[in-house]
Amino acid sequence: MPIALEIVSPEKLLLSRAVEMVVIPAAEGDMGVLEGHTPMIVMLRGGTISLYEGDRVIEQHFVAGGFAEVTAERCTVLANEALPVAELSKDESERRLSEAEAEFAQMHGADIEEQFMALDRVHAARAMVEAAEGLLTGSR
Amino acid sequence: MPSLKALRTRINSVKSTQKITSAMKMVAASKLRRAQQQAEAARPYAERMDRMMRTLAASVADSPTAPVLLAGTGKDQVHLLIAVTADRGLAGAFNASIGRATRALARRLEAQGKTVKILAVGRKGRDFLRRELSSRIIGDITYAGKRRIDFGDANDISQRTINMLAAGDFDVATIVYNRFQSVISQVVTEQQLIPAPPPPEGESSDQGGAMFDFEPDEETILARLLPQALAIQVYRALLESSAGEHGARMTAMDSASRNAGDMIKRLTLNYNRARQANITRELIEIISGAEAV
Repeated sequence: MPIALEIVSPEKLLLSRAVEMVVIPAAEGDMGVLEGHTPMIVMLRGGTISLYEGDRVIEQHFVAGGFAEVTAERCTVLANEALPVAELSKDESERRLSEAEAEFAQMHGADIEEQFMALDRVHAARAMVEAAEGLLTGSR
Repeated sequence: MPSLKALRTRINSVKSTQKITSAMKMVAASKLRRAQQQAEAARPYAERMDRMMRTLAASVADSPTAPVLLAGTGKDQVHLLIAVTADRGLAGAFNASIGRATRALARRLEAQGKTVKILAVGRKGRDFLRRELSSRIIGDITYAGKRRIDFGDANDISQRTINMLAAGDFDVATIVYNRFQSVISQVVTEQQLIPAPPPPEGESSDQGGAMFDFEPDEETILARLLPQALAIQVYRALLESSAGEHGARMTAMDSASRNAGDMIKRLTLNYNRARQANITRELIEIISGAEAV
């Protein structure tokens, strides 16, 4: 009973395949999607998407936020930016984290909405560092 | 009649021009292929974004607090025109047609008493518009020296637009760009970005109005989705324009090479005629000299 998963970034279609289960980093907590899921549109935070076959993780992709559309038979992830976890570089992600933190630190007194966005970027960068270090799951 | 030497230099100079134009044509052809691939790769995202937008827009349609990106400011006094051109010339009428269309649009809006502001993307368009409409230009962006346009560039433009909207700098935004139709034809397109035009009716998506749950609520998602959707539209316009630019340059350089070929043929004919005339004259001189003896 596979579910059709698609990960698209603005620049290209990254992945399109059928998997048994996929776990996506929804804004309010990770969400496992199996076939027959109730239709949903969710916002994503920065984190990793894990593809499961049986109870093994077969592939992991990092997304830096975005949206996902889930229906009974497919799951479409619109990522702002996505790449396979194996291609993450630790230095690059740490650089992004310090940039995002510096940006957030300067934002005191700015528009609350913008502060939220900056905070999201910090979280996404932190998730990227964690993913690069392989901390998120023990499966790597 | 120009001298033989002058003709020879002339022919050589046209020949090297032809070499340059045909090399440029080749380069444009390969860049065109890449630009087309990039435009195609961007399509799936845009399609799915569109589908999601439609679902969302339908479920917040009756809300009185629709976001300003979707509904606009409720006025249409100040218009922002985003003119997308190339950074380089030698592409036929590619840049000039955008310049002309933008100028015509600006004049038309001003005749209706509206205020026009222009954001010029691309060096050529900026130079063109600066000549006549310089007081309306509020900013320009160029990508000179950049090898390919990525989503970040489009995001910058859309972010800038959104900030301006938030500051109340304009009411309606329109993007003017060359849509790539085929290698030989680019269509000047004016597309309204803000307020977002209503999605085409009657195209029900495949889930047939299934009820979606939203997490977090619709309006929060929409508030995040709209800037993204705007950036996508700008990205699409930039990619179309870049494919169009290379197409236009390819066509222009093709005909330039052909013209150079024609010119070389004509000059060579003249050159040979002049050479033969010289020989004939010398013979006549020799013969008449011999007869006189």
